[in-house]
Amino acid sequence: MSSESLLSVRSLRVDFSTYGRLSHVLSDVSLEVPARRHVALVGESGCGKSVTMKAIMGLLAEPPARIVDGEIRFDGRDLLRLKAREREALRGTAMSMVFQDPMSSLNPVFTIGDQMETILKYADRRLGRARDRKGRRDRVREVLAQVRMPDPDRIAKSYPIMLSGGMRQRVLIAMALLSEPRLLIADEPGTALDVTTQAQILKLLHDLVAERHLALLMITHNLGVVRESADFVYVMYAGAVVERGPAAEIFARARHPYTRALIDCVPKLSGDTTFKGIDGSLPDYAAPPPGCRFAPRCPIAIAVCNRAPGESRVGPDHGAACWRAEETRA
Amino acid sequence: MTEPLLEVAALKKTFPLRGGLFGTVRGQVTAVEDVSFAVARGEAFGLAGESGSGKSTIARMVVGLTAPSGGAIRFEGRDLAPSGSSQERRAIQMVFQNPGSSLNPRRSIGQSIAVPLEARGLTRAEVERRVARLLDLVQLPASFRVRYPHELSGGQKQRVAIARALAAEPKLLVLDEPTSALDVSVQAKIIELLIDLGRSLGLAYIFISHDLSLMRNFVARVGVLYLGRLIEAGAVRRLFEASAHPYTRSLLASVPVISEAEAAVRPREPILEGEIPSPANLPRGCAFHTRCPHAFAPCAEQFPEARQLDVDHFARCHLLTRADKPARGAHEQFEQGSAR
Repeated sequence: MSSESLLSVRSLRVDFSTYGRLSHVLSDVSLEVPARRHVALVGESGCGKSVTMKAIMGLLAEPPARIVDGEIRFDGRDLLRLKAREREALRGTAMSMVFQDPMSSLNPVFTIGDQMETILKYADRRLGRARDRKGRRDRVREVLAQVRMPDPDRIAKSYPIMLSGGMRQRVLIAMALLSEPRLLIADEPGTALDVTTQAQILKLLHDLVAERHLALLMITHNLGVVRESADFVYVMYAGAVVERGPAAEIFARARHPYTRALIDCVPKLSGDTTFKGIDGSLPDYAAPPPGCRFAPRCPIAIAVCNRAPGESRVGPDHGAACWRAEETRA
Repeated sequence: MTEPLLEVAALKKTFPLRGGLFGTVRGQVTAVEDVSFAVARGEAFGLAGESGSGKSTIARMVVGLTAPSGGAIRFEGRDLAPSGSSQERRAIQMVFQNPGSSLNPRRSIGQSIAVPLEARGLTRAEVERRVARLLDLVQLPASFRVRYPHELSGGQKQRVAIARALAAEPKLLVLDEPTSALDVSVQAKIIELLIDLGRSLGLAYIFISHDLSLMRNFVARVGVLYLGRLIEAGAVRRLFEASAHPYTRSLLASVPVISEAEAAVRPREPILEGEIPSPANLPRGCAFHTRCPHAFAPCAEQFPEARQLDVDHFARCHLLTRADKPARGAHEQFEQGSAR
C-alpha cells in the first residue's frame, strides 16, 4: 500500500535536547496512511505519539526538537524539504488536526462562529481563495451540520462555555473540516468524555472517513476505541513502532508482548475479573536500554533482547519488532 | 447486611438558579433527588452515570464539601451533620479526578502527604515515619518524598493523592473518576492498588465513574444515576448479566471492547443520541424518555416506581411493568425490540 499512500512517514528520528541532555525520542517511526483509510497509532503517554503527530503537522519546536533523519511524504511531496511558506499552506488545509482538549483549544471570549470564520479567513488567504463574509458564514454552518450539530445556527452564536464537552469536541472536528482536508489527524478524540459521548464521536469520525473520503490518523492510548473503526493499527512504544498490522489481525493475533499487554489493559465485560496493567514505566530517553526498549518491562524477555530486534513479518502486512514474534502465541 | 458503614437515605440537593444583573434567584436546579444506598464495611460501591448525572454532587455531600438540601447521610449509625467534627469527617476521605491539579506544585510529595498528619499534631519523627509507610503502601519508592509533582507521571501523582487520603486513616474512600485522566495501562495498575489496599486496610470505597466496564473488576454493587436519580442498582454481576434499564444497557453498549466475543456480550442497544438534558430543565416523567429508544406513552407522564427484580437489584422503568410482561423477561424483550 506504500506506493499510493497519502501520508508516508519513513524511518523518522527525532532528538530533543533539554538542559544539556540529548534524548532520542523517536528512534525509528515509519507509517503509512492511504487515502480514505482510518489508521490508528496506539501507545501510552510519553511513547512519542504526539511528537510523531507534531512532526507530521510541522508543529515541532526546533529547538529543542531536531529531526535527525527520515522523511515525511504527503501526497508525493517531501514535507521536510518544503519551504516554510509551502508547509504553512498545507497545514490546516490539506492536512488538518483535531486537538484533544476541547476546552483549552477554544477561545472563551469569542463565539464558535467568530472563531471558525477567522480560521477560514486565514486559510482562504493562505490558499489565495476568494470568499466573502457571507460565504464564510455559510461554510461554517455547513461544516457544523456535517458534524451532526442539531442547530448549527445556534451553535455558531454560542460561546464555548455554553456547550457540553461532546459539543465542543464536535466543534473542533468541524474546525478541522473547514478547508476540506484530505487527511485528518485526531489526537485522543473523545477520551476526556463520557463513554456514551465518546462512542458518538468515534462513530462521527468513522462516518466522516466514509462520507467525505477523508484519511484519518487517530492517536490513542486505548486499543479498545480503535477496534471497531480502524483499518490499520500501529503500536508504538518508547519512540518506535513495535507492531503494525490490519486491525483485525492485531486484535486476533497480536505478536508483540507490548501489544498483548495493551489489549489486556482494556477492562473486560465477561470472563475473569482480574485486571492487568503493565508494570514499570517508559525508559529514560536519554539513556534507553541497549536492545529492545520494552525488554525491562517484558514478561518474556530473554538474553537476545539486549540487542535491538528488527521487524519480523508474521503475516500479510503484519509485522512485529520482537525477537520472539515468530514463536507461537503462548 | 449488618449495620452499614455509610447509609444515604433520600438524599436531595438543589442549587439556586441565579440570573440577571444582580444574581437574583430565579428558580432552582435539582441535581440529586431521592438517592438512597448503603455501603458496608470494606465494601466497594460504584456510582455510574454521565457528566451531569449528579454523581460528583453525591460524592461531595458524602465527604462534607456540600450540604445536602434534604435526606440523611449516616456514618456508623450516626447522622453526619454538615458541620460534623473533624474527627468524624476524617474517616471519609476523597481522591479527585485530576491528580495534576489536586497536588500543590510547590510542595514536595513528602510535604503534601504530611499535611493531614501535621494537622493532627503528630511529632515530626512520627510524621516522617508515617509518610514513609504511606509511600510504601501506594508502592512508590521512599525517595519520592523529596520529589515535586512535576517530576511525576500521572499515575504516580494519583498514587500520591491516594497516600495523602490514607494519611487520615479513613474507613471510607470516595474516588471521583480517579483513573479517567490516565492511560489504560496505568488505570489498571491504580485499580489493582486500590483493590489491594481495600483488602489489607479493610477500606470501603465509593467509586465514581462513567465507565461501567471498570466497575466490574472493582466494585461489588453499582448504582446507576441519570439526572440525579438512581434508575437502577444492584450487584455488579446482575447489572452486567441482566441489566434492566435501557440507560444502563446503553452505558454498557458504548463501552469500547477488544474482541468480537466481548462485543457480543454487550447489550444490543443503539448508541445513545444526543446528550443528557440540563438538570435546570428536567424532562417530565422518566427523565430518560427523551433519549430512550424504547420510550412509550407513560414515560413522558410519570416517574416510574422502583421495581425489585432480585435480592438487591431494582430498576425504575415503565417497560418493566408494561402490560403483563414479567419483569425478568424485560431485557429479552428489549433485545427483540432493537433487533427488529
